Amino acid sequence: MEKQWFTISAYSENHIGLLNRISGIFLKRHINIESLNVSKSEIDGVSKFTIVIFSTEDWAIKIVNQIEKQVEVIKAYYHTDDETIYQESALFKVASHLLFDERQIQNIIKEHHSQIVTVSREFFVLAKTGRRHEIDEMHEALEPYGIMQFVRTGRIAVSKDAMPITNILAEFQNK
Amino acid sequence: METLKAKKKDKKKSTAIRITGAEAIIHCLLAEGVDLIYGYPGGAIMPVYDELYKFQDKLTHILTRHEQGATHAAQGYARVSGKVGVAMATSGPGATNLVTGIADAQIDSTPMVCITGQVARHLLGSDAFQETDIVGISTPVTKWNYQITRAEEIPEIMAKAFYIAKSGRPGPVLVDITKNAQFDELDFVYEKCTGVRSYKPAPEPDLSAIEKAAELINTAKKPYIVFGQGVILGEAEEQLKALVEKAGIPAAWTILGLSAMDTDHPLNVGMVGMHGNYGPNVLTNECDVLIAIGMRFDDRVTGNLETYAKQAKVIHFEIDPAEVNKNVKVDVAVLGNAKQTLDLLLPLVNENEHKEWLAEFEKKHKIEFDTLIEKDIYPTKPGLTMGEVIEQINVASGHKAVVVTDVGQHQMIACRYAKFKQTKSNITSGGLGTMGFALPAAIGAKMGAMDREVVAIIGDGGYQMTIQELGVIFQHNLPVKIVVLNNDHLGMVRQWQELFFDRRYASTVMTNPDFVKIAEGYHIKSRRVVERSELKDAVEEMMASKDPYFLEVRVEKEDNVFPMVPTGASISDIRLK
Repeated sequence: MEKQWFTISAYSENHIGLLNRISGIFLKRHINIESLNVSKSEIDGVSKFTIVIFSTEDWAIKIVNQIEKQVEVIKAYYHTDDETIYQESALFKVASHLLFDERQIQNIIKEHHSQIVTVSREFFVLAKTGRRHEIDEMHEALEPYGIMQFVRTGRIAVSKDAMPITNILAEFQNK
Repeated sequence: METLKAKKKDKKKSTAIRITGAEAIIHCLLAEGVDLIYGYPGGAIMPVYDELYKFQDKLTHILTRHEQGATHAAQGYARVSGKVGVAMATSGPGATNLVTGIADAQIDSTPMVCITGQVARHLLGSDAFQETDIVGISTPVTKWNYQITRAEEIPEIMAKAFYIAKSGRPGPVLVDITKNAQFDELDFVYEKCTGVRSYKPAPEPDLSAIEKAAELINTAKKPYIVFGQGVILGEAEEQLKALVEKAGIPAAWTILGLSAMDTDHPLNVGMVGMHGNYGPNVLTNECDVLIAIGMRFDDRVTGNLETYAKQAKVIHFEIDPAEVNKNVKVDVAVLGNAKQTLDLLLPLVNENEHKEWLAEFEKKHKIEFDTLIEKDIYPTKPGLTMGEVIEQINVASGHKAVVVTDVGQHQMIACRYAKFKQTKSNITSGGLGTMGFALPAAIGAKMGAMDREVVAIIGDGGYQMTIQELGVIFQHNLPVKIVVLNNDHLGMVRQWQELFFDRRYASTVMTNPDFVKIAEGYHIKSRRVVERSELKDAVEEMMASKDPYFLEVRVEKEDNVFPMVPTGASISDIRLK
């Protein structure tokens, strides 16, 4: 089976230790987590893990099953890139003098639709949100001029199909 | 205690009693029906032990001689009784010593709650004396774990711990309790846990899957059942028997499924797996419908997956969705508790018999019997075999004993030859293969079934891993029967060295102590058998004893266990010699 990118979405209780339990599932199987994001979800008190792996579908299914098996996980899903809307964000810290010395910098900011977050005497910070390759392209464009710091978030994604967590929770309530 | 149980939340204030966290833990245990726990005290759990002292008329604490023994005893207790086993230890080394037993319970789906003391909350993360991150350490080997740092959390977390350990596919739960939470007071009210919103213990049976399964079974010419511990954990023994008899399907078992069905039942064809029976292994690759019930296609059962039951349609009755298609791709997955799903299946299955197919098993059995079973259990050449000892125990116990085994050659021989009439009678470390399991597990098994004879069968290697638990047997005069099959070797590893490592016996030869004298040191009645002529009498004497009894049998030093499916080989290529 061919390897591809999968986005795993897991809805869970917000409990200490669950991240350890979930990351252990990958560790035990020697599968690398390419990107990880944990945030609140659309449901009050429910957290959402968004995990990206490069793997076969067979492994994606097995991992989702193992994640879902954890007591504090409500439900887990996996999706291919085509089945999700996904983005990442990045911050670039660049020396301020470049804004004036290198005309090209301003073009890069415009061409990549990035925002200036802050400007100080020493440095300015650019924010860019988009697909990973778009962020990579901007990184490549800025690199020759020197990037003081760079950081990128994990992927965040929503699925095109519904992930009916509310129904699952309601079903439990009504029991 | 009744007044503390199951009060509605709105009445909380009026019925609450003001007690310390340590006392609350005892009340939680009593409310869960626990009357027996195994453990070892130490600094961070002392407040709870102080309460155990006060409650000793209601709750018996057995001091094992090592915390690992406490977990295995709790496991043995859980496996024979179907109840949740409880083990307790202090922080740091006390807690880490539990880990092997926890991992064993996890892989063999044994319901167990472990309670560990922890340094006070304000010391967490300071590398305090006997501080260790047991929640972090035990995460990969627990079904669930939790650190309590406030006394008020105790009732809810303890209730949840027992619920999670026992429900669905059972497993071990660890609750770590900081010392301040034991000393502090809370308003105590206990409510049993009836559900956790993020946790579904067992999937609801899907009728369409059951119908598909029935159709495959009804049209099968060579249907074949392989059952595992799911039958025992799901209490589906009657349903399994009814299915086997109604549809006339030969049924084989994994070592954890052993005793779920009478070993003398005409349709019970034996054991699958690496050292399983010849027919059950080879014919897995000849059946047309393979019905797996409550088993997980462990690699020791399947051999090479590329050549496992490829010709068959596979039906998998399973409670844990994560087990489906994990190792073997199945055609029909019937999710749910085995008792429920089999009950729904039974009316849809036609009465049938498969005489020719069953004859295949008989033919293969004859080959195996003539080639090796006869020599194993009725040997004529000098030198005692492990098999003849097991057979002698069968005769003396009338197939009624609980047999607890350790890990290695003796375990495989015991599983192959021990006879059972009653379920929950074969207690062994299957998935983890934990040497040292048997002696403490036998203590737990005996205490979980005081009316039954419990025979621990152990190798000389594993025996010395937890031999100190003889102290428990002596102190409580527990009439456990201990049989050490002594070949002065780590027999199974030695066998592999002989077969696959050109007889380079690296660290498998042992100079053993006088085991009889050691047992005598614990004032346990004991005897050594060296000659075949003494065996019958010795086993009979042991079984007749009202007290604990230790029997050492000096068996052949370099016997091998056959049949054998070499690692990575197809089960069709099982070796008879």
